[in-house]
Amino acid sequence: MNKTSALLLYEQGAWHGGFFRVTNTIMSQIQQQHTITVLVENHAGVLARVAGLFARRGYNIDSLAVSVTDRPEISRMTIVVNGDHRVLEQITKQLNKLVEVLKVVDYTETASVERDLALIKVNAEPHHRGELMQIVEIFRGRIIDMSDKTFVIEVTGGTDKLDKIIHLLEPYGIREMVRTGIIAMARGAKTATRSGRDMD
Amino acid sequence: MQLSGAQILLECLKREGVSHIFGYPGGAVLPIYDAIFDCKDIKHILVRHEQGAAHMADGFARSTGKVGVCLATSGPGATNLVTGIATAYMDSIPMVAITGQVRTSAIGKDAFQEADITGITMPITKHNRLVKRVEDLPQALAEAFYIARTGRPGPTLVDIPLDVSRNLMEFDVNRDYPQQVNIPSYRPAGPTARVPDVQVRKAAQLIAEAERPVLYVGGGAIASGAQAEVTALAERTNILVTTTLLGKGAIDETHPLSIGMLGMHGTAYANHATNGADLLIAVGARFDDRVTGNVEKFATGARIIHIDIDPAEIGKVIQPDVPIVGDVKAILAELLKIVQPRPATAWNDQILEWKERFPLIYPNDGKLYAEYAIETVNEMFDYQAIMATDVGQHQMWAAQHFKCKRPRQWVTSGGLGTMGYGLPAAIGVQFANPDKRVVCLSGDGSFQMCTQELMTAAVYGLPVITIVINNRSLGMVRQWQEMFYEERYSQVDLQASPDFVKLAEAYGGVGMRATTREELRDALAKAIEVTDRPVVIDCVIPTKENVYPMIPSGQSIKEMMLRQDLEQVKASVHADAEQWSFADEERVLEQYVEAVHSAGSEDASGG
Ligand SMILES: Cc1ncc(C[n+]2csc(CCOP(=O)(O)OP(=O)(O)O)c2C)c(N)n1
Repeated sequence: MNKTSALLLYEQGAWHGGFFRVTNTIMSQIQQQHTITVLVENHAGVLARVAGLFARRGYNIDSLAVSVTDRPEISRMTIVVNGDHRVLEQITKQLNKLVEVLKVVDYTETASVERDLALIKVNAEPHHRGELMQIVEIFRGRIIDMSDKTFVIEVTGGTDKLDKIIHLLEPYGIREMVRTGIIAMARGAKTATRSGRDMD
Repeated sequence: MQLSGAQILLECLKREGVSHIFGYPGGAVLPIYDAIFDCKDIKHILVRHEQGAAHMADGFARSTGKVGVCLATSGPGATNLVTGIATAYMDSIPMVAITGQVRTSAIGKDAFQEADITGITMPITKHNRLVKRVEDLPQALAEAFYIARTGRPGPTLVDIPLDVSRNLMEFDVNRDYPQQVNIPSYRPAGPTARVPDVQVRKAAQLIAEAERPVLYVGGGAIASGAQAEVTALAERTNILVTTTLLGKGAIDETHPLSIGMLGMHGTAYANHATNGADLLIAVGARFDDRVTGNVEKFATGARIIHIDIDPAEIGKVIQPDVPIVGDVKAILAELLKIVQPRPATAWNDQILEWKERFPLIYPNDGKLYAEYAIETVNEMFDYQAIMATDVGQHQMWAAQHFKCKRPRQWVTSGGLGTMGYGLPAAIGVQFANPDKRVVCLSGDGSFQMCTQELMTAAVYGLPVITIVINNRSLGMVRQWQEMFYEERYSQVDLQASPDFVKLAEAYGGVGMRATTREELRDALAKAIEVTDRPVVIDCVIPTKENVYPMIPSGQSIKEMMLRQDLEQVKASVHADAEQWSFADEERVLEQYVEAVHSAGSEDASGG
């Protein structure tokens, strides 16, 4: 290419090699809910670091569960976030930069089991108790406390299942509810703590 | 031997090779200062404000690549470090900040001078830690240094409660200081890490296929010491090199393949080159918004090779075609083994033609301008001075006109843009480089943010030369108000400043004023003779000077404003008018700004 034609093309904005970037942008705009597991050193302040990272970079946490693991020096966080492919990639990479983060695993594309546990305090007038017990039965929940006006129902399952039972209980009057947030684990022999590849 | 936490701290610092601590005492660090009283091997520099200590440690680090160390007491001492820590964090500068803390039993009780400094600095440190037991101190320090200098460098902070530095413990640095740090959750790529050769081969392939390649080199190249590799790659392939504000010095800027800085105030030719490229080789750079402007319109025709040690930078702003994660120097060395030489092409001619057509210019009316002062520094110091800058127009003029022959000759706050950085940074540089001349280029606004450190320079007999580009104004903000806020000049006129000449003298330095080119040359010549105290040159320039070229924030190369265009409009107005007056100047600017930039700017953040 001689130099004047190069300049002309450039000035007309006619150099198009931007194909890759355009497709990437479209692909990356698909919003999705992701369940990620973050293994961290069990130090004071780690939760603040992780939470601070999400706040500072503008990522929203839908739910967060923290617990001990089979190894006392390691804690496990399960975080549900909403975002497109690129946001998730950034979250993963930024988490990995925290010195105390050992590993980040995204379960979105792996076969995994996910569980959430809810405690629901619902109005239980005597004439509704039969119906309520049936609902609890169908959802394999348990009534773990009972007073003359209320039940406390315990139910575990995936997000959908819990959403459904909550929906069904609403007409009776839910007085109080608490959920643990999703915890997740890969199916099969693979474990997050001992094997598997670091996500980067 | 039984040592106190404070003594252990100093033993560990010595072991880390620390030669200077920039600090300021207070209640919570009394035991540490008591240990410093006996310490012969480390020089403690007493600053005048903790912000100065942090910037000095930063300047020390930038000019050497070593870890800079600063020390402050709890509460206000620690919070005064914050701006300096954030400055270092944004520019990936290795630094260890040590802060005193109230005694462990008082933590959380709002004790006198208690501040949760680990909480406060969580988002502006690479890592930080409150040490609750003296037994943990050696490990905490070893990790702090290791984390600060490895991978993508950055500041770390170690918070030491009063009782921890007082408590005794059996300690022998040779036996008890960790020889090696092993943090399972922190595995940075290093110079010896395996280079991803598949990616390197792909990169070589793209380079071979490219017709219009450009090397875009950032601070990562400086951090990894890759000047030789960058230069070799450019020479082997005849690819022209543009650097970012922090990449200055990654190639000798007088090298024929260097085309200066790109971005908002980059050279027109560097910006034309990047935007016209079909291949952008980003080396230790992060596609900062001051570089890209509107990302959607940035280098749209280019494939991108992105080399960076921080995986999180890959795809953060722009998705590269070939990402290569690792140490820049190591990767370039691999690339050099396989990359095919290419001759200079028509593309090189094109860029050089742009360079000829749109050179960096400033009025040649014989008056004194910042650009002239900077070029005179190049010349009179034979391109050997280390320059530290403050933030504003003068910084951008320096970025354009100061020529680095080598890395670490250029010390500036890029990511955070911290006014007040220049003087203390220059002092840190001078401590690290006693045999070199250090010039601080400041503005009349910025200089007044850390002037007190002139006293530090005077006490330690440092011949730091500060050139205050005095436009009686917060120039950069004034420029934005002129261009994007209809000349509604709000709080940018400084109205009065101290007499900088007398001020310098009051601190025990030398003060001089320059209002003409000759006076400036004289003043610099005299300054060069001064070797035992700071010099301040009050360099008086016109108020209404602007930095060109300029691509307004969030816009693209299409909106680039050039001084050449301004001069043209000026000339045409001039031709119409009988006599040139100041009013004409105003009118010219108005017309120019309207014509080139009617759209205005959506982003009102100056710098
Ligand atoms: C600590 C701080 N406060 C405010 C700003 C915003 N700011 C950017 S440039 C500038 C003006 C700088 O004036 P001066 O130092 O005189 O330099 P000039 O632009 O006139 O060369 C200001 C206020 C900043 N960058 N840093």
